[in-house]
Amino acid sequence: MNDHAAAVITHEGLGGLIAGLRAEGFRVIGPRLRDQAIVYDDIESVADLPAGWTDEQEGGHYRVRRREDAALFGYNVGPHAWKRFLHPPLLRLWRAERSADGMTVTATSEPAERYAFLAVRSCELHAIAIQDRVFLQGPYVDPHYKARREGAFIVAVNCGQAGGTCFCTSMNTGPKAEEGFDLSLTELLGDRHEFLVEVGSERGAALLAAVPHRPAERQDAAQAANAVARAEGNMGRHMRSDDVRELLLANLEHPRWDDVAERCLTCGNCTMVCPTCFCTAVEDENDLAGNAAERKRRWDSCFTMDFSYIHGGSVRSSGRSRYRQWMTHKLANWVDQFGTSGCVGCGRCITWCPVGIDITEEVRAIRGEGGSDGRA
Amino acid sequence: MRKPKLAVWKFASCDGCQLSLLDCEDELLAVAGAVEIAYFPEATRGVVRGPYDVSLVEGSVTTPHDAERLHTVRRQSRTLITIGACATAGGIQALRNFKDVREFTQAVYARPDFIDTLATSTPIKAHVNVDFELHGCPINKHQLLEVLAAFLNARKPNTPSHSVCVECKLRGTACVLVRGIPCLGPVTHAGCGAICPAYNRGCYGCFGPMETPNAPSLSRKLAACGMGERDLQRVYSTFNVGELPFREEAARHGS
Repeated sequence: MNDHAAAVITHEGLGGLIAGLRAEGFRVIGPRLRDQAIVYDDIESVADLPAGWTDEQEGGHYRVRRREDAALFGYNVGPHAWKRFLHPPLLRLWRAERSADGMTVTATSEPAERYAFLAVRSCELHAIAIQDRVFLQGPYVDPHYKARREGAFIVAVNCGQAGGTCFCTSMNTGPKAEEGFDLSLTELLGDRHEFLVEVGSERGAALLAAVPHRPAERQDAAQAANAVARAEGNMGRHMRSDDVRELLLANLEHPRWDDVAERCLTCGNCTMVCPTCFCTAVEDENDLAGNAAERKRRWDSCFTMDFSYIHGGSVRSSGRSRYRQWMTHKLANWVDQFGTSGCVGCGRCITWCPVGIDITEEVRAIRGEGGSDGRA
Repeated sequence: MRKPKLAVWKFASCDGCQLSLLDCEDELLAVAGAVEIAYFPEATRGVVRGPYDVSLVEGSVTTPHDAERLHTVRRQSRTLITIGACATAGGIQALRNFKDVREFTQAVYARPDFIDTLATSTPIKAHVNVDFELHGCPINKHQLLEVLAAFLNARKPNTPSHSVCVECKLRGTACVLVRGIPCLGPVTHAGCGAICPAYNRGCYGCFGPMETPNAPSLSRKLAACGMGERDLQRVYSTFNVGELPFREEAARHGS
């Protein structure tokens, strides 16, 4: 990957990284405790991080809990995903005003600020890579995503534990961050609360060089490897993924779709929390006098009726057809469209489904392993 | 060019939805600039005779007199837009539909024989053709301005009928229901901007059922959050009890 040796930093070094990023003009976004959840928001210092907090996750269930230690990154992924910043939920595309000789259209200028994301998990790095393929690597580049993504600094964190709905090992997306970061941290909890730092880019190396650090020793690397192995060993969910594309496409009329439709609220929460779902709607507005108009883009969901509305009505009017569309796109048709699965095993769609519909359990049921859910 | 004439009508209601128009504050001058406020007794005694280009109708029909009056409103209105839960669903007063209204009048009034009321509270659409329905108890003033701007400029208003959950996600609120707080958001029509969950309260369903509500599934979750049968009956029996998905779900619970 690169020639830079791993290093070890303390809280002081971590504070230096945050300060260094801010001094370079980055807007640092990271985990914070707010409204009894760990969300992604602006970070000014180490004091903003959720020290000593973790989360308890199950299908349709999320609670923050106190840890027995002061771990800064001792939680798993929460209600927010980084797409909130790279692919904003609401974006004004342009504004038009009537003028004496016609109409003036002004495109919204892209923000000048650059993001630094702190504590990006391995599944999330994969999710960003998937949205990169969607927005940047196809025939049509999304300029809004591009402006936010380019130059973004990424500090990854390796998971030291898995959450109750995690299944990254099933999707080959974690828990160890392998690429796509500038720096990667592994929290070393023990007598000395430190962080093993791996370097993923030259600018990452430069930032690390500017903060107090010591070279990583063999026992540091071993402790970090143990932490990741612990996460690997306690995944909350599992899903066999090697044949899931063929499985789903061969079962488009499976009775399980009726069963899930009976539970599905068609509320759209799964798509909104999914770190790879990217669909948007475009809305035009005008003022009362008809002298100004705006075009806005906002997150949309394949679970809404408007999403599949064409002349005469919505193509996917039943909950059955909408859930099937979402799941077969995510796990099967995504592969044909973009070359990878659309699922990174982060478990958000399970945790944040109000009624706890579990994608791993649905796959098992369609596979004919009904009765047991995806729990490890 | 003549400015379009706007009328605001009241039926059985609390006036809160018409007040949303006065509550527009900064935008009120723009409204007055775009339309001629021709009939709006809540705001002015001045009356400009009909017909009217746009009529906003608040309230439900609960008396024989109102049932007649509504037809005169419809006849004078090019476009008729209902505003609020009373006008679109019958309002909280539609709870009478499931009881004997004579018993109520006898319990409440000293001279119930003076009271001339219907057995039911019904939405405007049950009586006349309605061009557009704006949901909410009360309506959201931004949505009201959006609907007016859309009708004045001959386009479709942006008032999505998906769940409140989408609005929570847009503003970044961590789901209250998944954190254990009972919430009607997943079965409720968007439009308020998901105010209550942003303050750690569950949604009360003020905007009525969303486009494809699955209330039985939500009720199982609410029961798991600790709500009893009577609570479940009551939570659907509020301002939008007149809407079939809520009425049916209320009827499945109780006692």
